[in-house]
Amino acid sequence: MNRRENLKLLFTGSLASGFLLTHCSPKDKELDYSPKITGGTPGGRTQEEILRDQKLLSETFFTDEERKKLDVLVDIIMPAGDDSGSATEAGVPDFIEFMMKDYPAYQTPMRGGLMWLDNYSDDTYGKKFLELSEKEKMEVIDLIAWPEKASDDMKGGVMFFNMLRNLTSTGYFTSEIGFKYLGYKGNTPNAWDGVPNEVLKKHGFEYPEKYLAVYLKPEERGQIAQWDDEGNLIG
Amino acid sequence: MSFEIKSSGEAYDVIIVGSGAGGGMASKILSEAGLSVAVLEAGGDFDPAKEEDRTQLRPPWESPRRGGGTRIRPFGDFDQAIGGWDIEGEPYTRGEGTSFDWFRSRMVGGRTNHWGRISLRFGPNDFKRRSIDGMGDDWPIGYDELKPYYDKVDKLIGVFGSKEGIYNEPDGFFLPPPKPRLHELFIMKGAKKANMPVIPGRLSMLTRPINNERGVCFFCNQCNRACQAYADFSSGTCLIKPAMAKGKVDLYTMAMVRTVTTDDSGNATGVSYISKADMKEYKLRARVVVLGASACESARIMMNSKSKTHPNGVGNSSGMVGRYLHDSTGADRMGIMPDLIDRERYNEDGVGGMHVYTPWWLDNKKLDFARGYHIEYWGGMGMPSYGIGFSMDTMRKHLKDEFGNPSPNGGYGEGLKKDIRRLYGSTLGMSGRGESIPRFSNYCEIDNNVVDKYGIPVLKFHYKWTDQEIKQAKHMQDTFEEILTESGAVLLGKKPGADTMYGLAAPGRIIHEVGTTRMGNNASTSVLNSNCQAHDCKNLFVVDAGPFVSQADKNPTWTILALAWRTSDYIVDQLKKKNI
Repeated sequence: MNRRENLKLLFTGSLASGFLLTHCSPKDKELDYSPKITGGTPGGRTQEEILRDQKLLSETFFTDEERKKLDVLVDIIMPAGDDSGSATEAGVPDFIEFMMKDYPAYQTPMRGGLMWLDNYSDDTYGKKFLELSEKEKMEVIDLIAWPEKASDDMKGGVMFFNMLRNLTSTGYFTSEIGFKYLGYKGNTPNAWDGVPNEVLKKHGFEYPEKYLAVYLKPEERGQIAQWDDEGNLIG
Repeated sequence: MSFEIKSSGEAYDVIIVGSGAGGGMASKILSEAGLSVAVLEAGGDFDPAKEEDRTQLRPPWESPRRGGGTRIRPFGDFDQAIGGWDIEGEPYTRGEGTSFDWFRSRMVGGRTNHWGRISLRFGPNDFKRRSIDGMGDDWPIGYDELKPYYDKVDKLIGVFGSKEGIYNEPDGFFLPPPKPRLHELFIMKGAKKANMPVIPGRLSMLTRPINNERGVCFFCNQCNRACQAYADFSSGTCLIKPAMAKGKVDLYTMAMVRTVTTDDSGNATGVSYISKADMKEYKLRARVVVLGASACESARIMMNSKSKTHPNGVGNSSGMVGRYLHDSTGADRMGIMPDLIDRERYNEDGVGGMHVYTPWWLDNKKLDFARGYHIEYWGGMGMPSYGIGFSMDTMRKHLKDEFGNPSPNGGYGEGLKKDIRRLYGSTLGMSGRGESIPRFSNYCEIDNNVVDKYGIPVLKFHYKWTDQEIKQAKHMQDTFEEILTESGAVLLGKKPGADTMYGLAAPGRIIHEVGTTRMGNNASTSVLNSNCQAHDCKNLFVVDAGPFVSQADKNPTWTILALAWRTSDYIVDQLKKKNI
C-alpha cells in the first residue's frame, strides 16, 4: 500500500469516524478506531494520539531529492563498521522523517540546512552536494562537523550539522542495531542482586556491612512479607 | 449539538471525584464499609495488565518518536500519564508577572500511574513548622494521629526501605531495599566525604509480595509506564480495581465534574458533570461528596459551586479556597564520572527509581533559609531512548584516548559512534526536592473571562517564589557540586546562578502542588476541619493534597493516602452516628 492509498483510507476510515464521535451518543462507540497504518506507538493510546500518529505517518516531509541527501549524510555520521550496521540499515532516515512532523520546529533548520549544502557546493565546486566526489563531499562536511575548528561564516552549517548529528545518533542508538552495538543488557525480567562482584572489585567497592542483612535477597522474592509490631520483617 | 441536563434516578451513599491516590483510597475504605460508591474520573479507563494498554518492556523502536515526549505525554511516549502541562481544550491562565505550570493526568489512577513512587512519611516536625520557625502554620493534627494510618498504608500497598531511626524521617513497615547501583556507590563515597547521609530509597515497589493479588518487581526500571504485574503502587491497580471487584463501586469515566450541587440548607446533594463522550451534562446524587480531583482541580470545583448559601463557592466562606497553593522546590545538576567511561555491561535497570537517597540532614538554625530538601540521584545504564547520543558537540571532549588526548567535540563516523558507546552509562546527576513556605499571596482563583471546552470557568494562577526558596536552591547547587566533586565526577554545564534563581524550577514543575483547601481549627482561616470536612458543608470532604497545611520536603503521595484513609474512617463513623 502506498502513502496516497493510506491517506485515502485514513480519511474515509478512522479520522472520519473520529469526527463523528463528538456528535453522537456513547452507544455509537463501537466504531473502528484501530490504526490503519502500522508504525504508531502501541499501548494505552487515546483516540487523539492514534489519529495524530496516523496523520503524521501518512504525510511525507522530505522530497525525494532531500531524502537522497539525508541517506548519504546519516551514513557519514553513523557508518557501518566491522561489528555493526549503518544508520540507513538501522532505519534512521524514517525516524528523522517522522520527527520533522512530530516536532515541526525541526523543519526549517533541516530544509534550510540541506539547501545550504547545495548552495555552498554550487558556489565552491559548481555542482550540487550529491554530485560531488566523495573527497569533495567530505571537504564540505569537515567545514561544519567540528564546532571548535569551524570558521565564523560556517556557524550556520555547524548548527545544522549538530542537529543532524543529534538526530542521527539518537535514531541509531534507539534501534535494534544500535542496542546490539551499544551492548545494552536490560529491558527484560530479572532479579537484581547488585553490581557483579568483579565489577565491584575493579572499582574498589564493597556493599556496606551495615546493610547486607537488610538488602533484598533474590531467593526470598517469592515469600509474602510479614512484620512484627515494630516493623521488623519476620517472614 | 444538543445540550441537556440528565438526572440519574439512582442515589449513592458517596460520590468520589477523582481516581488518583486520594480518591482511590477513599473508594476502597468506603466501599469496604458497605457503602455504595460512585467514582468519577475525567479521563478514560486504564489497566496496564491489559495488552492493549501495555507500554512496559517495549523497546524504543516500537515508538516512531523513539520514546520522545509529546504534548499529551511530556515525560515520553511510553510514559503512562495521559494529559501533561497543556491539555487541548482545558486551558488555565496566570496572573501577570507570576508563574505556575499545572500538570494533570486524565485517566483512571491519575498521576499515580507514572509517579516516582518515592513514599516518604512526613515526620513529627513537618506538622508543626510554625512552632519551629514561625513561618506558615501548624497542622491541626500531628504525626501521632497519622502514624497508625501510615503503618496501614505501608502494609496495604508496600514500600521498601531501611530502618534508620532518624527522628523526622520516621521508619515504617519496610520491604527489603535493592542493593545500590554502581553510580550510586560512587555517590555514597562522595557524600560520605562531604559528611552527608545516603540511605536506601523508600519507594512503593514490591521487592517481595505482600499478598496473592499483586506480583513482585522484576526490575525493568519502567514504573513510569505502569506495571502489568501490579508490582508498583498505582491507584487504579491497587485500590480502584480491588474496590470494584469487592464492593458496590460504579466507575464513571470521561466524567468532567463541574460543580458540587447543594440544597437550600447548604448541604451537598451530589455533583453535576459533563460527559466527555457525548458532551451532555448529567447529575448524580449522594449523601456524601468526596473531592479527590487534585489540589487545584478540587479547589476549582468548589469555587465554581456557587449558590445562595455558598455565594463564594461551596466550602469557601473563609475565602481560603485556592489560597496557600504551594509546590516543592526543585533544582538539578549533572556530571560525568571518568571512572565509568568504557564500563562493563550488565543489566543495571533495577527498580524504576533511585536505590539510595539523601534525607534532609542539616539544622536550619545555622542556615540563611528555612526548611530543608532531600536529594534524589540518577544515572546508570538505563534503556536508551530519544535523546541518547545528543550533545556530542560539547560532550565528546570528556573522552580521552590511550595517550590522554581528548576527543574533539562534534565530528562523525566510526570514531563518533565508538565515543557514544564509550560514554554510555557514565553520566549521573541529582535533584533536590525541598519545602517551600506556604503563602496567602500564592493562590489560584476562577478566571471569569475564560472557560474550557466543557464551558467550565478555568483557574487563574498567581505564584511567586521568595528569598526563602531561592536561597534554598542556591544551597542545593553548592551541595550538588560538593557531592559530585567528592565522588570523582567532572561537573557538566555551568553552575546555575542568581540570574536563573539558581536553577529553581518554576512553581508546579515538581508536581507536588498542595494547600488549596487547607485544614485548620479556625474556620475563618482554613477550608476544612482536622477531619478534612468542609467547615461550612458537613457532608463535603477533600482527600487529595488540598488539605495539606504545608508540603514537607517529602513527596506528598504517602501522606495523601494516610490522610484519605483517616478521612474515610471519619466519614463511616459520622454516617453511623447519623451526623451527616
